[in-house]
Amino acid sequence: MNSEQVQLPAAVSIRNLYKAFGTNPVLRSFSLEVAAGENVAVMGKSGSGKSVLIKCIIGLETIDEGDLVVLGKSVPGLSPRELDLLRADVGFQFQGSALYDSMTVRENLEFPLRRHQEKMKGLRTDDLVQEALSSVGLLHAIDLLPSELSGGMKKRIALARTIIMRPKLILYDEPTSGLDPITGREISRLIVDIQKQYRAASIVITHDLACARITGNQLVILSEGRNYVQGTFDEVAGITDPVVHSFFT
Amino acid sequence: MINVLRNFFLTTGQISQFTARYWREVWFPPYEFQELLKQCFFIGNKSLALVGTTGFIMGIVLTLQTRPTLIEFGAQSWMPAMVGIAIVREIGPVITALICAGKVGSGIGAELASMKVTEQIDAMEVSGTNPFKFLVITRVTATMIMIPALVVMSDVISLLGSAMVENIKGGVSFTLYFSKVLEFLDFSDLIPSIIKSFFFGFAIGIIGCYKGYTSSRGTEGVGRTANEAVVIASLLVFILDFIAVLVTDIFYEL
Repeated sequence: MNSEQVQLPAAVSIRNLYKAFGTNPVLRSFSLEVAAGENVAVMGKSGSGKSVLIKCIIGLETIDEGDLVVLGKSVPGLSPRELDLLRADVGFQFQGSALYDSMTVRENLEFPLRRHQEKMKGLRTDDLVQEALSSVGLLHAIDLLPSELSGGMKKRIALARTIIMRPKLILYDEPTSGLDPITGREISRLIVDIQKQYRAASIVITHDLACARITGNQLVILSEGRNYVQGTFDEVAGITDPVVHSFFT
Repeated sequence: MINVLRNFFLTTGQISQFTARYWREVWFPPYEFQELLKQCFFIGNKSLALVGTTGFIMGIVLTLQTRPTLIEFGAQSWMPAMVGIAIVREIGPVITALICAGKVGSGIGAELASMKVTEQIDAMEVSGTNPFKFLVITRVTATMIMIPALVVMSDVISLLGSAMVENIKGGVSFTLYFSKVLEFLDFSDLIPSIIKSFFFGFAIGIIGCYKGYTSSRGTEGVGRTANEAVVIASLLVFILDFIAVLVTDIFYEL
């Protein structure tokens, strides 16, 4: 059988997702398929529901209507225990890095490992921490506190904490926000390297055009709570629709 | 006026729910012993100097203020008993709890609020940790354990301060002073004081955690949270003390 004909199961499958806060709908009939090993960049205006989308995927927000299947499991029907098990296979990088201030870099990385000992059975914590830090090029920062790190270093450490569990799906919330363009590009390239190294699918929420171009195999424009346009970066960039065009000017 | 009442009852209901959740979850694993020990160390260690200094000053001031009156009535020999009972039953627990409401309660509130603003609580949840167990249960339990311990320490230091004044002004030896204190104090003075300190600790911990855990309005909310945690916890200390005195009084009359 030709390897190109092998159809891998979708890492994320969303159909007609509806999410509102009170009477304010944020996501309306949103649909998206992310194949295993695929990087999808999602762009949208501030407040368009990008972050809400990935918080729904990880179960931090509950959905009101629609189907949401992550790594073959329907998220709305999961018990807290099942959700925890699913989260062991999903990495999440927060916009502000969300490193634990009171813990060193080492402790920050060890934290998720302590919670999922079954999954990481047989692997030494020290080895995993060093491997993750080496992947982001910050092994020397192992004993520093988050307050001693620069913005770019925090993003890298957060990335290391995200990949330490060897997730099958990684969700990035504005990975380049608050960074200068050079550091932003470094982080974007790191995301691509990590995708290759770990063969994880990922959804990159961003409003940084360079980040979307570097990281996304597919680009989705989120507008008015819907999947407005989807395609490769060049395909989407070529669309003359004013809503789409406004992202590229 | 209706809005104020409505908010009061709403907040009271939410704090009650939060408290009920604590008592529901505290018994079941996973138990975060390492974090609990860390919090006990922080709460105890960070408050030690402040509580000790305040207790020492309170002992000195109380003795200096009451001494002339007792001398006037020829009741100078009652000084150790009076100071001992006042400090152990009332002044020690209340002053220590008020200091801890300011220092520990506001610290917990601000810490959790800032963790919420910077999405650290969400990060904990996605890494498979129950943040309520890791952050709230450990901190509330730590305040319940450490505040009674701080109260006992504060009582002893206050009595030392008082004994020092009596030694300098009245030539009373430390041995005589403390033997007199112990002669008049018994377990019925100490036990209610420890029990109410335990409730003071719970109130300080739960209010700090509730305000921090439910904080909103971004970074502005962090300061507001710390402030509200101190105000509500201090008020609760007085209310609980009032209830404790009423209940203890009933037992004394039996």
